[in-house]
Amino acid sequence: MIELTTVRSAGSETPSRPAAGGGREEQARMSNSRGTRQTARSRSIGPLFITPYVVFTLAFGVIPGLYAVYLAITDAQGGFAPTANFARVIDDFRFFSAARHVAAFVVIWLVALVVLVVLLAIVVHAIRVRWLSSTARLFFYIPGALAGASSVMLWLFVLDPVASPVGPLLRALGFDSFPSVIQPSHLPLIFAIIAFWTGAGGWIVVMYGALNNISTEIMEAARIDGASPVQIALHIQLPLLRKWIAYMAVLSLAAGTQLFVEPSLLSQASNGVVPNDYSLNQLAYQYAFDLNDFNGSAAISVLLLVVALLLSAVFVAKGGLFETEDA
Amino acid sequence: MSTAFAADRRDVTRSARSSRLTGWSGRSLIGLVLAGATLFFVIPLLWLLIAVTKTEHELAVRSPFALGSWDTFKANVQQLFEFQSGAVVGWVGNSALYAFAALVITLVISIPAGYALALTEFRFRRLLMVTTLVVMLMPNTALVLPVFLEMNQVGLVGHALAVILPFSFYPFGVYLTYIYFSTSIPRSLLAAARLDGCSEVQVFTRIALPLATPVVALVAFFSFVQNWNNYFLPFVMLPSSDSYPMQVGLSTLLSATPAFNPSSAGSGSVHLPALALATIVSMLPVLILFLFSQRFLVAGMTAGGLKE
Repeated sequence: MIELTTVRSAGSETPSRPAAGGGREEQARMSNSRGTRQTARSRSIGPLFITPYVVFTLAFGVIPGLYAVYLAITDAQGGFAPTANFARVIDDFRFFSAARHVAAFVVIWLVALVVLVVLLAIVVHAIRVRWLSSTARLFFYIPGALAGASSVMLWLFVLDPVASPVGPLLRALGFDSFPSVIQPSHLPLIFAIIAFWTGAGGWIVVMYGALNNISTEIMEAARIDGASPVQIALHIQLPLLRKWIAYMAVLSLAAGTQLFVEPSLLSQASNGVVPNDYSLNQLAYQYAFDLNDFNGSAAISVLLLVVALLLSAVFVAKGGLFETEDA
Repeated sequence: MSTAFAADRRDVTRSARSSRLTGWSGRSLIGLVLAGATLFFVIPLLWLLIAVTKTEHELAVRSPFALGSWDTFKANVQQLFEFQSGAVVGWVGNSALYAFAALVITLVISIPAGYALALTEFRFRRLLMVTTLVVMLMPNTALVLPVFLEMNQVGLVGHALAVILPFSFYPFGVYLTYIYFSTSIPRSLLAAARLDGCSEVQVFTRIALPLATPVVALVAFFSFVQNWNNYFLPFVMLPSSDSYPMQVGLSTLLSATPAFNPSSAGSGSVHLPALALATIVSMLPVLILFLFSQRFLVAGMTAGGLKE
């Protein structure tokens, strides 16, 4: 029910309007033949309204995907070579190191998201002072305004001990210079922190909304039975949040494999301390722009695309998660 | 009304519980977690707002949260806007152009499409619905290089359209509109309008569209935020600095900052405070939108989700 109520709440005026057409509604129902004609007519407008979107779906969704597949299974001259490009990029020593980097980042990020977002949502939900709870949520989600390059830029400052607001902390940990902070072994953690800082707040607010939706009867019953807040969190709130946690994890996993902006900017800022082929998407970019090897680039893109497509398709196909047909 | 009542009841039961169960230690633990999280999320932004009032030297030697001066702020503004004779103004203009052009096309395409999916019949409707959901849940970066390869083939790379057109393909907007039309607009109302002699197009423009203002605003909000913040697509599509949006412009500024890139020291270089200011400029429109639209944001994130 959540999405329906929230979307509806954005249009609070709508429910009062329909009453005006009430009488005519009756007429419409009575005259059956007219009804059939209406269906016929509404069928005729559908294709007109949907065509531009179909064109865009084909042009910027389906065709690029198919074209990338075509490039990935042909050679530079257009000859059929179903495995050559994949073999070449996978044999590239940079491919596995990039895949490892991305995997390390995704693991840290997902664990942090699942554990901390749920914890913070439950904590914020437990605050009884209303303004305090809403202020906390606002603070958490504001960083979401800085997606992409802006948030990475901000974190470059934070990670540079010279200017950083947490400079003393960094120095206490033994980091005196920017390069010492951004050693390659630190990067997965750093990227996870940046991504968490940017994206966690939105999810905390979502989980908070889901917690609000748990019926008070259940919570009360648990309390009467003597459950402590921790037991309630573990045995009632957590299981009821499970679907939302899965939703967050799947979307974040798919997004995480696409890592690009963070290492790309950090590579520029560090004068090459962070390599420009740190992540898979960067490597695909290098293939296209530095090596002029569009087939190789397409092969990496297709691999990433398949991962994204699979995750998304599995999630859509798993029944009950989306109310796709008329409710 | 009913929610207010429920909330009251919750407050009552909570206070009853807290006297019994959450003792002093529980509350201080909550306070600690909350304070830590708040500091983590707030400090970087707070620091950024203060940093632009200081000189590079002050950033290094003074306490991180000591305020600088108004004159220094003005000098930083001047330095940023003099960079490559006003390149920043051009970048912000490009960002606005790309985001707004894509916004208009997105609305023109998505709103009728959502209406058609929700309230009309046509062939392959189910297929289109599934495709929309799948593409919507995919990270939008997954299609960047494939779209680049395609644009390269048709010779559009470097052209503004190479950014605007892919920006305008927005399945999430179609999905939001679909949800709205299929849940919030009574079919009988549309049937009544037809009886009164409205053509199908008029039913849409005179009845459905005016009722759909909230969802139009919602789609516009998400489309704008996403496109303004997009880095990867314009980075790949646009080779010349003149056509960069602000997000990509940031990386040019970064390369010209000696503190991060020592080889760039010279007359055309940028100091840290000016770079911090550029970061603020790049996020300001979205930040302002965010401050006033928490409800929007949540409505959107949950609309992509599931029913309880």
